[in-house]
Amino acid sequence: MTLFGTIGFASPWLLLGLLALPIFWLLLRAVPPAPLRKRFPAVSLLLGLKDEDQTADKTPWWLLLLRMLAVAAVIVGLAGPILNPDKDTAEGRSDRPILFVLDDGWASASDWPRWIDILAARLAEAGRQGRPAGLLSLANPQPVTMQAADQIAARLAGLTASPWMPTAGGTALPDGAFDTVWLSDGLARDGRSALAEVLADRGRVEVLQSERPVLALRGARSEDGTVHVPVLRSLSGADQTLRVIAHGTDPNGAPAVLGGADAVFAADATLTEATFDLPSELRARITHFAVEGLRSAGTVALADDALRRREVALIAGRDDREGLELLSPTYYLAKALEPTADLLDGGLQDVLKANPDVIVLADVATVTPAEQDGVLDWLDKGGLLLRFAGPRLAASDISRAEEDPLLPVRLRAGGRTVGGAMSWGEPKTLAPFSEDSPFYGLPVPDGVTVTAQVMAQPDPTLAERVIAQLADGTPLVTRKTVGQGQVVLVHVTANAEWSSLALSGLFVQMLDRLAATTAGASADLEGLEGTVWAPLRVLDGFGRLTNAEDLPGVAGPDLFTAPLGVELQPGIYQSDRSIAARNVLAQDDVLTPADWPSNVAVSGLTRPEERPLDGAFLAAALILLALDVIASLHVSGKLLGHAAALALAVLIAAPHPAQAQSDAAAIEATSELRLAHVLTGNGQVDDLAQAGLWGLSETLFFRTSVEPGDPVGVDLEADELAFYPLLYWPITPDQPTPSDAAYAKLNQFLRTGGMILFDTRDADIAQFGTASPNGRKLQQLAAPLNIPALEPVPQDHVLTRTFYLVQDFPGRFSQGTIWVEAAAPDAEQIEGMPFRNLNDNVTPVVIGGNDWAAAWAMDELGNPLVPIGRGMSGERQREIANRFGVNLVMHVLTGNYKSDQVHVPALLERLGQ
Amino acid sequence: MSDAAQLRLTAEEEAARLPALLAEARHLAGTVLLGDHGRRRPGQGDSFWQYRPMQPGDALRDIDWRRSARGDTQFIREREWQIAQSVQLWVNPAASMRFASNKSLPTKADRARVLGLACAVLLLQGGERVGLMGAALPPRGGRTQIDRIATALLSDIDQDFAEPEARGFVPNARAVFISDFLDDLTPVEVALSKAASRGVHGVLLQVLDPEEEVFPFRGRTLFESVGGTVRYESRKASEIRQAYLDRLAAQKDRLDRISRAAGWRYSCHHTGTSAQSSLLWLYRAMEGGAA
Repeated sequence: MTLFGTIGFASPWLLLGLLALPIFWLLLRAVPPAPLRKRFPAVSLLLGLKDEDQTADKTPWWLLLLRMLAVAAVIVGLAGPILNPDKDTAEGRSDRPILFVLDDGWASASDWPRWIDILAARLAEAGRQGRPAGLLSLANPQPVTMQAADQIAARLAGLTASPWMPTAGGTALPDGAFDTVWLSDGLARDGRSALAEVLADRGRVEVLQSERPVLALRGARSEDGTVHVPVLRSLSGADQTLRVIAHGTDPNGAPAVLGGADAVFAADATLTEATFDLPSELRARITHFAVEGLRSAGTVALADDALRRREVALIAGRDDREGLELLSPTYYLAKALEPTADLLDGGLQDVLKANPDVIVLADVATVTPAEQDGVLDWLDKGGLLLRFAGPRLAASDISRAEEDPLLPVRLRAGGRTVGGAMSWGEPKTLAPFSEDSPFYGLPVPDGVTVTAQVMAQPDPTLAERVIAQLADGTPLVTRKTVGQGQVVLVHVTANAEWSSLALSGLFVQMLDRLAATTAGASADLEGLEGTVWAPLRVLDGFGRLTNAEDLPGVAGPDLFTAPLGVELQPGIYQSDRSIAARNVLAQDDVLTPADWPSNVAVSGLTRPEERPLDGAFLAAALILLALDVIASLHVSGKLLGHAAALALAVLIAAPHPAQAQSDAAAIEATSELRLAHVLTGNGQVDDLAQAGLWGLSETLFFRTSVEPGDPVGVDLEADELAFYPLLYWPITPDQPTPSDAAYAKLNQFLRTGGMILFDTRDADIAQFGTASPNGRKLQQLAAPLNIPALEPVPQDHVLTRTFYLVQDFPGRFSQGTIWVEAAAPDAEQIEGMPFRNLNDNVTPVVIGGNDWAAAWAMDELGNPLVPIGRGMSGERQREIANRFGVNLVMHVLTGNYKSDQVHVPALLERLGQ
Repeated sequence: MSDAAQLRLTAEEEAARLPALLAEARHLAGTVLLGDHGRRRPGQGDSFWQYRPMQPGDALRDIDWRRSARGDTQFIREREWQIAQSVQLWVNPAASMRFASNKSLPTKADRARVLGLACAVLLLQGGERVGLMGAALPPRGGRTQIDRIATALLSDIDQDFAEPEARGFVPNARAVFISDFLDDLTPVEVALSKAASRGVHGVLLQVLDPEEEVFPFRGRTLFESVGGTVRYESRKASEIRQAYLDRLAAQKDRLDRISRAAGWRYSCHHTGTSAQSSLLWLYRAMEGGAA
């Protein structure tokens, strides 16, 4: 291969043929054009005339040029020109095995499709050259064995980017010499150069890495009511503006975009921030932040409790005595909660309306029955009632004989005092927390002592309600659950009156554990000791959240410190009632570009595609020769002018499909009722759908007053849907997803009374759901459609009686469940009536998998096309399928007419009741 | 058998052409007569000859209304000609005449026949006797003569060139020679001198195709006569154009000289132009000669 700039030639010696062109020119010039034969009666006058110029009339220069160009094109074309030839393959190559090393961590996700393309191309090349290949995934290193390249290529589809950083991966290299192609994410990390050195010892190392900077988000933090999301990039050098989107849920729980902010990189900056100023209601619903337009786990920052500022209502049982703030029951609570929570003041009834997350009752003994009911309702919905004891509680009679609903335990009268001036004994210290306590793992400081407390009555349930106790075993903190919420009683005061607990750091940690505050689990590693966090949802490499019920729990201290990997994936973790997010990047991580050893060749991912040009050149030669034919005819006068012009015009101007026929199609579609099916692009399915609707149309024609015309296949992109009442949509796994415009049309169609019959055609192997490829495709296709809540066809659905009385809806299969729009929840059956009063709309969708088209399909003579079942029962099944089709069309056309109670007597009679 | 069949086929073909030719010729003649209506025509015999009953085909204007008004029948007043003029027609039947450079143009042969026959129609209507050169169809008067002439004119010969028929000149008659006169002119000269010796005056009408007049050829061209017997190849046709045009001019010039010497008149007609003007010229030339 020889290279000339960006064009290389497979056999450059052929180009010497170009030297012959001048000779060719002279030769062509010397040969006169063929004589024009011409009838001419006056030839007698010509006899004896002598041509003055003995040389022949010349071939016109432009014709010569045309021919020369054609010949030159043939020569160049045969020389095998290749645009943008692979310089590496152009250079001398080895036949050593080739090892592909992948940095398949999160940073590769945005380039992943290109990586796969490159890998496929390189593997195909290696396969052609007979070089064995190996694949080393650094994110999941496995011992590498060199295999045939096509076997590796077969594994490509299963490769995916992992949501953690690649490892050093030096463990698993194969023996012997090999060349290496390293697809790198371009980020510096430990062990990279060492591995590069090792690989370079074995053979040539070629590194491909993207020229674009890697972008990532750190975990969001909340400051002063605004949310800051740090954005990092690996390369500086240019101004760059990114849009960071806050994703969350709307009040109904559906995914929604809650806000967006720009992150602007200055030219030399690698770190910037996107700042969101959101109301706390919105902020509480944020699930994650993501960089718009990028798909990578790194560009997703998961939000956890740290973002939420909880609303805590502080209610004290006695009025503050002026000037004695330090004695106020809520002083220490307010101090502990203020940095991380919004504090509410006010009466219990008032704060309940604000629906706070936590209500703290500090030494409040009695609540009114109305307040009690309100609090219980609030607890049922997940509130946390945190009560502190105090003189008033100790003095009151509540929960004495019977357990108060708002207290976890029964209390003994009076409480106890230890270690005081008037009592025996030493002040009590805290016992270590037991394993089943939410406080397990918190260190117990020595200085925390308790001098007075309220005492719990021994009860059968007491032991399980104690979550912290003193060294002598008396309960210090008790808890019970009420509905989804919980009531926690701390048996000492919230100030330093009875205990020094409120003065210690443990107090804050305990509040944290109780999810009363949200300092953020990550803020305090010590506070994580002893907890186990269960993954709720984890990120995959492309930044998608997936359910993670099957993953093991993670010990608290590891959650934020251990490196990410299979054992610890980035995601959302839950422990007790706290939610914590482990993001891909820790709070102090930075992105630095990789530094490669000098003996490693680094190139970008984008390489102009190698494109052979010989075909183009030869085609050009053919076109030139065709032109030469026309031109030669023209020169010799044998060209029939108009015909040639016409032929040329036909050649050049490819026929355009006439757009004007859309009107005719519209008239045709509306002049008769027509059933329509969606063209899937799969010829067999489309033909069967057409035949099926034709058969159904025939059935309707014979049996009912509906007399449809020939069915129509509609192209969702191009055709108008409004003309058709019913759209049959067979699902194939490979059909194209409609465009947004087509979805807008479909939604308009559904909104204006159209019905779509989705048919996954796989009820034999799968019940409706995502178990089959067709089912998954259906979910994907139907996701953007406005489809209401669905239910399996109820027995009294109007579909069961619009024309025939049917209860089964078989097609080619009979076991599938059929789903229709759910009935209004308030529909009630009237006594004595067989049907509920369901006077609502026509269901916009009917979803099932019974392959109805196959059962309906018939040829022009009315013979069924597809065998259904066996014998007479099969014919019966086909008949029922036809009846379902009739009912369906009747339902579309007559709506809920048969749902009208007027028909009840007649129907009752027919039903034999 | 095959001869008979072939003959019949040919005859039918010819018969099919005949009405067209006749109609065209009559039409052409009609236009000329229409233009000449009411003109005094001295020398045609003013004196009354006879009345005869009108027959189908007679023109309305020939009816003698005064005579007819006396009875129920219409009468035609026939005038006697002092000396009935004989006109002999020769139209070149050779292959070289069957040429048209363009589909929209008539062949030279067609144009020549139409002109000749139209002239004959006019003359016959004027009372002259018209015939063809040679012994086949001697000059006669009457309407049926038109059909005979038309039939005779349709016969073609395969030779590329034909010499004018110089036999059978009726003394003191008139003659019309229509041809392209592209061959050697010596036979024409011979014929004209023979005619002059018989006291026959006449007209030479040369019919040429526009292409023959313009010679629009370039490049290497192989020229063939219509019959294919004569060929000439030019390597560069544009080079010999001037020589050709010179020769053509010389040919015309010589024709003019020959005709003047014999007391004939010469004109050149192009198939690209209207036949009417040439017919008018032809008729006038005959008329003038007869005066």
